[in-house]
Amino acid sequence: MSLLSVRSLCVQYQSARGTVRAVDDVSFDLEAGETVGLVGESGCGKSTLGKAVMRLVPSSDGLVILDGQNLTEMQPGALKAARKNIQMIFQDPYSSLNPRHDIGTIVGQPLSVAGWPRRDIRGRVAELMGQVGLPAEAVRRYPHEFSGGQRQRIGIARALALSPKVIICDEPVSALDVSVRAQVINLLKDLQQATGVAYLFISHDLSVVEHVSDRLIVMYLGRIVESGRGEDIWRQPAHPYTHALLAAAPVADPRLARSRNKSVLQGELPSPLNPPPGCSFNTRCPMARERCREEQPVLRTLAGGHMVACHYDLLEQPAALPAVSVAS
Amino acid sequence: MAADRASEPTPILSIDKLEVSLFTRRGVLPAVDGLSLTVAAGETVAIVGESGCGKSLAALAVMRLLPEPPAKIVGGAVRFMGRDLASLSDREMQRVRGKDISMIFQDPMTSLNPVVTVGDQLIEAIRRHTHVSRKEAGDRAIELLRQVRIPDAERRLDDYPHQMSGGMSQRVMIAMAIACGPQLLIADEPTTALDVTVQAQILGLLKELQASSGMGLIIITHDLGVVAETADRVVVMYAGRKVEEARVGALFERPLHPYTRGLLGATPSAVRRRGGRLVEIAGSVPALSDLPMGCAFQNRCPDAFDRCRGGRPALASLLPQQSAACFAAEVELSRNVAAVGT
Repeated sequence: MSLLSVRSLCVQYQSARGTVRAVDDVSFDLEAGETVGLVGESGCGKSTLGKAVMRLVPSSDGLVILDGQNLTEMQPGALKAARKNIQMIFQDPYSSLNPRHDIGTIVGQPLSVAGWPRRDIRGRVAELMGQVGLPAEAVRRYPHEFSGGQRQRIGIARALALSPKVIICDEPVSALDVSVRAQVINLLKDLQQATGVAYLFISHDLSVVEHVSDRLIVMYLGRIVESGRGEDIWRQPAHPYTHALLAAAPVADPRLARSRNKSVLQGELPSPLNPPPGCSFNTRCPMARERCREEQPVLRTLAGGHMVACHYDLLEQPAALPAVSVAS
Repeated sequence: MAADRASEPTPILSIDKLEVSLFTRRGVLPAVDGLSLTVAAGETVAIVGESGCGKSLAALAVMRLLPEPPAKIVGGAVRFMGRDLASLSDREMQRVRGKDISMIFQDPMTSLNPVVTVGDQLIEAIRRHTHVSRKEAGDRAIELLRQVRIPDAERRLDDYPHQMSGGMSQRVMIAMAIACGPQLLIADEPTTALDVTVQAQILGLLKELQASSGMGLIIITHDLGVVAETADRVVVMYAGRKVEEARVGALFERPLHPYTRGLLGATPSAVRRRGGRLVEIAGSVPALSDLPMGCAFQNRCPDAFDRCRGGRPALASLLPQQSAACFAAEVELSRNVAAVGT
């Protein structure tokens, strides 16, 4: 049994103009000590999925099973207890820390909520500060005294406080400068090695996700369109959307950047209020046929745990689109 | 440097030892410190650096759009087509801005007027610099929207900015920027707020417009991927100064400045082994009010030695068409030359 199992999870928002299926029938597993990367463009539902797994937004259907316990059916009290096993790191290190609290209070808060005695909290906070590479005296200072990278370290220390089994990282490095981003990515990896925590790593930045993840999930308009091992997907994407994402991602190598095929995906994400019938990608897909406009493809398994939701996947017909040479 | 210049076409823009200071309560801070830069027609120059390195202020200084106070040009010159932009009156500068030099910004949503339709904003931009009727300007606006590939251009003229997606509004910004056929376009983080597939469309569009019009292009970015995709020449900035300049190929293949090397190593890339460690640049960018003596990068530099703490390295041409401001790189290269000589 997996550490975290999500089954047929759906999240719907009601808006004045209709219902948005922000997350639509999503299932995946996360194993202990593993990193699963969740990629997709803005509006694809990746952040909503993260929040729904945390039970920060209500789901309309489906199950979230953490360590054998079904979070979706829990009463608030039980949920609070279960939350010590699942924590979250947010994108914006500026708005996710209370400016009126000192760092000791911020990092110690999950512990006091969980009912730890104050003396133990102080010791644990000191330990956490060391773990995330902040000086011990930082506990008496306030968020505004820290840079973006240091604030993200504070957020990480807070998420780690209760030794969770899963941390949901929602765009944890997107707001950081390049040099600081590398520090935080390395820190997350080190902490995973030391504690065995599993990450659900949500990001729009493919190169970052690819770097940190063991497995990848690609979302489009609320649904998973492809999932599998990172290197498999990177080498040979099966879904035309994944192919387009990889082709569009800028490569920090001028020769490769200019020599590779520039099949730029045209058009933009359709409105989630009014997704197209059939496959939701059919309006932008260079390979779309009659069937794609009529029948929604189901997520089916290819070799080696690689899954794709496409009637005519690229592994079946590798010559259909030019290869994206992102790896040399 | 002299030899390099000879092989390059005459620049349309040349920035010479530009100095921009911020006048704050903490004192006068050198936000842009002696920046020199040229852009030729049809050329793309990327300015790369992290937040606070002065890259955006340098661009605003060229446009004479600095937020004044606190920022002010305190030294140097900006020449565009041989004219010193600082010597122009505000009126003359208004004629240059938007006509000869245009700029697009990171966030299209805040750069467009939310209560005026896209069409009216475009028509205003066109009529400010050309004597055409409203009708002609309207036709030109449709043509521009088509040029930036906005589907259904006629209908879109009546849209307000909030009715468009981020990618669409950035296209409108580009349409407005190229409305009067500028010779130079400055794009400040043009795709940072956009998704990758839209980013690829916008970068492709900019390069295409450049190829057809021959305009010079300055792309300001923190993303080395964007640099690799678009630039001919790259200027790396750190704490207000240019620390390295090179052709794009040389910069990625053989970066001379430790900061450039750090930036490259810190960028995850599919080419590198997955799961490997990224190169960290220790610490963070120092505040302008708190720059160390000597080289501004020394506290974070793996190669720093005594000399770096004593004086500031000047930008030196260390290899053909490649210059860096670094004592360690100078020593390293002279050692190599000596080794070749023996």
